[in-house]
Amino acid sequence: MELLMAILIGVLFMVGTYLILTRRLLRIVLGTLLLSHGAHLLLMTTAGLKRGAPPLLGEEAAAYADPLPQALILTSIVISFGVTSFILVLAYRTYKQLGTDDMEQLRRQEDE
Amino acid sequence: MSWLHLIVLAPFLATVFIPVIHKAFPKLHIGWAVLPLPIALLISLLSQIGKVSSHVSVEASMPWIPSYGIYFDVYLDGLSMLFALLITGIGTLVVLYSIYYLDKHKERLQAFYVYLLLFMGAMLGVVLSDNLMLLYMFWETTSLASFLLIAYWTQREKSRYGAQKSMLITVFGGMAMFAGFILLYVMGGTFSIRGLVEQAPHIAGDPLFIPALVLVLLGAFTKSAQFPFHIWLPDAMEAPTPVSAYLHSATMVKAGLYLVARMTPIFAGQAEWFWLVAGFGLFTLLWGSFSAVKQTDLKSILAFSTVSQLGLIMSLLGVGSLAVLYDAADERLFYAAVLAAVFHLFNHATFKGALFMVAGIVDHETGTRDIRKLGGLMSLMPITFTIAVVGGLSMAGLPPFNGFLSKEMFFTGMLKVLEADVFALETWGILFPIIAVVASVFTFVYSLMLVMRTFLGKLQPEKLEKKPHEAPIGMLIPPIVLASLVLLVGFYPNLIAHSLLEPAVSAILPNLLAPGDHFETHISFWHGWTAELFMTMGVVAVGLLLVLTLRRWVSLYDHLPQRLTLNRLYDGMLLGLQRGSSKGTEAYMSGSLRTYLIYIFLFFILVIGGSLAFIQPTLQASGYAPLAAYEWLLGLILAGAAAAIVLVSSRMSAILAAGAVGYMVSLYFVILRAPDLALTQLVVETVSVALFLLCFYHLPKLRRDMNRVRFQSVNFLIAIGVGAIITILTLAVQGVRPFDSISDYFIANAHDEAGGDNVVNVILVDFRGFDTMLEILVLGIAAIGIYALIKLRLGGDYREHQ
Repeated sequence: MELLMAILIGVLFMVGTYLILTRRLLRIVLGTLLLSHGAHLLLMTTAGLKRGAPPLLGEEAAAYADPLPQALILTSIVISFGVTSFILVLAYRTYKQLGTDDMEQLRRQEDE
Repeated sequence: MSWLHLIVLAPFLATVFIPVIHKAFPKLHIGWAVLPLPIALLISLLSQIGKVSSHVSVEASMPWIPSYGIYFDVYLDGLSMLFALLITGIGTLVVLYSIYYLDKHKERLQAFYVYLLLFMGAMLGVVLSDNLMLLYMFWETTSLASFLLIAYWTQREKSRYGAQKSMLITVFGGMAMFAGFILLYVMGGTFSIRGLVEQAPHIAGDPLFIPALVLVLLGAFTKSAQFPFHIWLPDAMEAPTPVSAYLHSATMVKAGLYLVARMTPIFAGQAEWFWLVAGFGLFTLLWGSFSAVKQTDLKSILAFSTVSQLGLIMSLLGVGSLAVLYDAADERLFYAAVLAAVFHLFNHATFKGALFMVAGIVDHETGTRDIRKLGGLMSLMPITFTIAVVGGLSMAGLPPFNGFLSKEMFFTGMLKVLEADVFALETWGILFPIIAVVASVFTFVYSLMLVMRTFLGKLQPEKLEKKPHEAPIGMLIPPIVLASLVLLVGFYPNLIAHSLLEPAVSAILPNLLAPGDHFETHISFWHGWTAELFMTMGVVAVGLLLVLTLRRWVSLYDHLPQRLTLNRLYDGMLLGLQRGSSKGTEAYMSGSLRTYLIYIFLFFILVIGGSLAFIQPTLQASGYAPLAAYEWLLGLILAGAAAAIVLVSSRMSAILAAGAVGYMVSLYFVILRAPDLALTQLVVETVSVALFLLCFYHLPKLRRDMNRVRFQSVNFLIAIGVGAIITILTLAVQGVRPFDSISDYFIANAHDEAGGDNVVNVILVDFRGFDTMLEILVLGIAAIGIYALIKLRLGGDYREHQ
């Protein structure tokens, strides 16, 4: 399972990187989204996979999955959601104000 | 805090009061309020001269930063006394001169005197400091004060250019000197100069010795305008003339000489020291005198003359350093060179100060300093003319003026080199007297040219801006005093020989003296038919011939290559540096986000990939968690959806594919036993997709279809690299568990300590509640930020596309 996860994480990072390097704002925001998915799965995988029951004590299991990375990922999901939505609205405003979502056209203009 | 500390600090304290006095007495020329200070300093220094000339030094200590060995240590011996007297004495005269030179209605006088006092205090600090760090601090303050004074007329472009040039060059040297001082500290373990002198034999064998020597000399050479760093001095002539007279002839440019003399006990006896000091000195002497002849501006002639005379003194100090090798056998051959250096240093300050003041008077009374426009002023300005003749002939080295005496001693010193047989001098030594004579001929030519073309010949009233007449008496007193000193020392040299020069020489060559012993000097006017006298006669004969035929050969200077001057080199270097760095910046700061991201990702690939290749981790082949078929399937869907984001052409499909990736991730969270994560991920993904659609799908028609992403191989390769490295990294850390997880504690105590069974939630709100609090803050900030982005419209001149 770790091998599959490692490959999936690699794919997520690869596509995210590729998207970030493109010119359209929307694709760049999607790229950051994929990168955060990749990071979350990476956290999960490196902590060890399937080593017991979900960390709910009512389960009365002999072993539980590691709860700490889950707490970290939960925090991270919320933060990346906040950041993503902010970037999205920022991109939206940029698009509205400047009439383009092409990064190459968003350079500082000399006459301003 | 002692008397000697006060001498250094008094000028700095006085700067505070100048603006106050200026405000209180607006009608008073503020120079009159400044004048008592240098007089008082001069008198209090003179009161110590008895002590110093009987070889008792005055010293005082005050802690400043004791933990770093930096003390405010001041020390007055023969060398410091000579310099301190020059600084305060000529300072007094210059202040008096400036009162008449600068107009109180047109000039910003308070600024002028603040800068001048700043300089005076800094210069006193340089010559009285015993601590190297203190010396460096005052050294840079003189550079700063000189910068401010050169650019005194800030509205003139040439002033600003000259100030910048002198600042860059002297601060460059100052920094080098600072590094040299630190090396000395590393070797000797102390910043105290006297402490270092005591350790001189131990230091000389250190591998850092030569770097320290070169760095300290760089500082001395830039400050004292030695070739090739002399180029700042002629441009510094844009300063008001009192400044040129004070800083750029008598005091600041001698700080480098002071440093060389002060460091002689530490560095002397080394071939590098001898060749660098004597060699650069001699070349500067020749180059300065050669260049002075072609100048047409009075102050430019004097500037190059200063360069040349500083080279003369420097070369004498270099030759004098041989004394450490030879004079121990009580022959005292080379100590005469040090005496000549000290003597000429004093003489130069007197006659050059007078000549600058003469140039200022001529400028002030005629409106020009161009010798092509001047002439015939002798009968109109008889007093000025007399001073100029005294100063000019002393500079040329003619009897009965003091310049004659020191020039004879200079020749003696250069001839003595022939007797030395160290440092390859048996082959090269003959160059010393030859260069000395040639440079003296040029010196003779420009000195006479200066006097003759200004005061003799025909008056050209139509070319002058003002009707020339004699200067006011207050402006004449300072140069008269200096010219009298020239004559007085010329006739009675022993007047200063015992009281000033002997202690100074003892300070430069302390190791040659047995305790209680001191040098006996006797400077005589007539010392028989010696080789030196014949050399002087030859100089006068050839010089007179050249002066009389000046018009025929001076045009030869025009044939010199104009493109190869040092000023061009300096300007070119500055421009090249500016252009090169702006080109360099433009080359990599492209302004495109993609370029910067490529730098970041490339750096990531190189560093992480490089270190992975270096460590070569063993990738585990077995021991992985079991893998079910549906997990495979989910993985395929996830990868496919991710790839689809890139491949699809419409915006809508891309957003939906991104949503599919998110839902797959939450399914994985289910598989991986993380119910809370799965819940959150589902909700967040749903809201995110909705937001994406809100923002991008419902936009105006403008480019609704996104176009396919054009394939770019660079991007693709970088993406592959990043993905591969992350994959390898993930696999590399598998099975590496250097210690147990802390989570056992959370699982064991969640119920008993925190009263909850959902361990993840207990961690979030109890064990690690701070994270959650700040994460809430992040959400809040994002919400406020989004609100502000949508609502706030500042400026109002944005183009709205709605």
